[in-house]
Amino acid sequence: MSEQSLKQEHDNAAPPAPRSSVMRRVSHYALAFALPVLLALGWEYAVRAGWSNGRLMPPPSRILDAFADLAQSGELWTHILATLMRVLAGFALGAVSGAIIGALSGVSDIARRTLDPSLQALRSVPSIAWVPLFLLWLGIFEASKIALIAVGVFFPVYLGVSGAIESIDRKLVEVGRVFRLTPFQMVTRILLPAILPATIIALRAGLGLGFMFVVAAEFMGASEGLGYLLVDGQQMGRPDRILAAIIAFAALGKICDGILVILTRPLLRWQDLARSKL
Amino acid sequence: MLSLNSVSKTYADGTEALRDIRLDIEQGEIVALVGGSGCGKTTLMRLISGLDTASSGTIAVDGDVITAPHPAVGVVFQEPRLLPWLSVADNIGFGLHHLPRAEREASSDAALERVGLAGYGARWPRELSGGQQQRVSIARALVPKPKVLLLDEPFSALDAFTRASLHEHLLTLWAAIRPTVVIVTHDVDEAIRLADRVVVMQPKPGRIFETVSVAAPRPRDPLGLPYEKAKRRVLHALDRSLQTELKVTKPAPQAGEAALWW
Repeated sequence: MSEQSLKQEHDNAAPPAPRSSVMRRVSHYALAFALPVLLALGWEYAVRAGWSNGRLMPPPSRILDAFADLAQSGELWTHILATLMRVLAGFALGAVSGAIIGALSGVSDIARRTLDPSLQALRSVPSIAWVPLFLLWLGIFEASKIALIAVGVFFPVYLGVSGAIESIDRKLVEVGRVFRLTPFQMVTRILLPAILPATIIALRAGLGLGFMFVVAAEFMGASEGLGYLLVDGQQMGRPDRILAAIIAFAALGKICDGILVILTRPLLRWQDLARSKL
Repeated sequence: MLSLNSVSKTYADGTEALRDIRLDIEQGEIVALVGGSGCGKTTLMRLISGLDTASSGTIAVDGDVITAPHPAVGVVFQEPRLLPWLSVADNIGFGLHHLPRAEREASSDAALERVGLAGYGARWPRELSGGQQQRVSIARALVPKPKVLLLDEPFSALDAFTRASLHEHLLTLWAAIRPTVVIVTHDVDEAIRLADRVVVMQPKPGRIFETVSVAAPRPRDPLGLPYEKAKRRVLHALDRSLQTELKVTKPAPQAGEAALWW
């Protein structure tokens, strides 16, 4: 019946959509960049005009110079690589253990009642509080840093996964029972797809926290890494380097999150579609 | 044949949901369960589907006693309960996982056509309307060719027009495969439109009050005399089932008061 007309409607609606969405996207980005660009230009002008000497607040051109210097000498890449490796190692460790323990406490009532209270208590310990302990236990090199990052990543992933399992729709589980799924099939065909969206959000939150914790980790005596660049810039009185490191952090974090989103997008196609239509 | 043998169900908290249900349903027969709320209709459906087990008595399909979900019994729930991460075609083929892909796709395509949704296989469930989703859900239950199809108030969330068209779809599907159909409904018209027999149930505890056979030939004319007769009998039975409930419950508090007084 209306299937034909539906298709036609769809076809008619499709062509104008990309053009208007490109325009919308351009204006979207233009608006988003307007404020920072305006502020940067204003600051640049203020320093050039001599209203401010720009020593402690370096103008954008000096920050760019610092960036270029760091990039040319190869320092920047060493620091970025060091930070990235720490975050990835800590993220892998924290995400895997968080997912496993989260799944355990989501599935088993006994596991939840024994594990959850202690983990909730540990969760409220501030990240920096672990630093002295990890230094004593694991030494001053990579192990203590990776452990600290893993702790930061663990909790959001644990909470996300266990919460997702607890809130699985009992009605969908019943559909699985009606079709006589084995326990293994129940996990692969109902439970995993059902918890996937919440798990991916938890992973993104964990990655974000990983980038926060890596700074704390690199403050505790590192010889390379973007966090080290921050401390170094402070000690050498180079605010332009500090700002360059901060910008590098922002870019790195955004790129890693973007990669995670792109990698997981095919798994959530069924959700995206509904959202884009709303 | 689906046979219920003195089936009773008492929940863990002591609520007696069903008492001594005896009912034999022939292969290919359509039976509607109607009754006030709390009369155990949904409980009975859950027992037949094997999702719950009876406290006493047995349920059997062709002599096969049902204690857990059984391949011979298909279920359509009140909500469509489609899996949102599977396409419409994959949802229909959900119960055919053991078959090779090509065979699965062929039978889900055929089922889509039969419920009037040909060409919708690649869509996501969210893109369909409520009535379309429920049609997919019926197709999903029928594709593994069950002997018994259970429907638990499947159309109660839909508007009258959608409901009428779904009745047509259901009867067409039934005519093609001839499964035994048990449908729970609040709607007396729906019961008489579809069923060969209407079972009127009575609450607290859930019992069978009366069974009304609908003699009208299909397709049924809602303005015809046989339809009208059957409807009147069902309405009358429903009325009496509630009256006797009142009579039964009235003396009880008095007895309680007397006991307290002493």
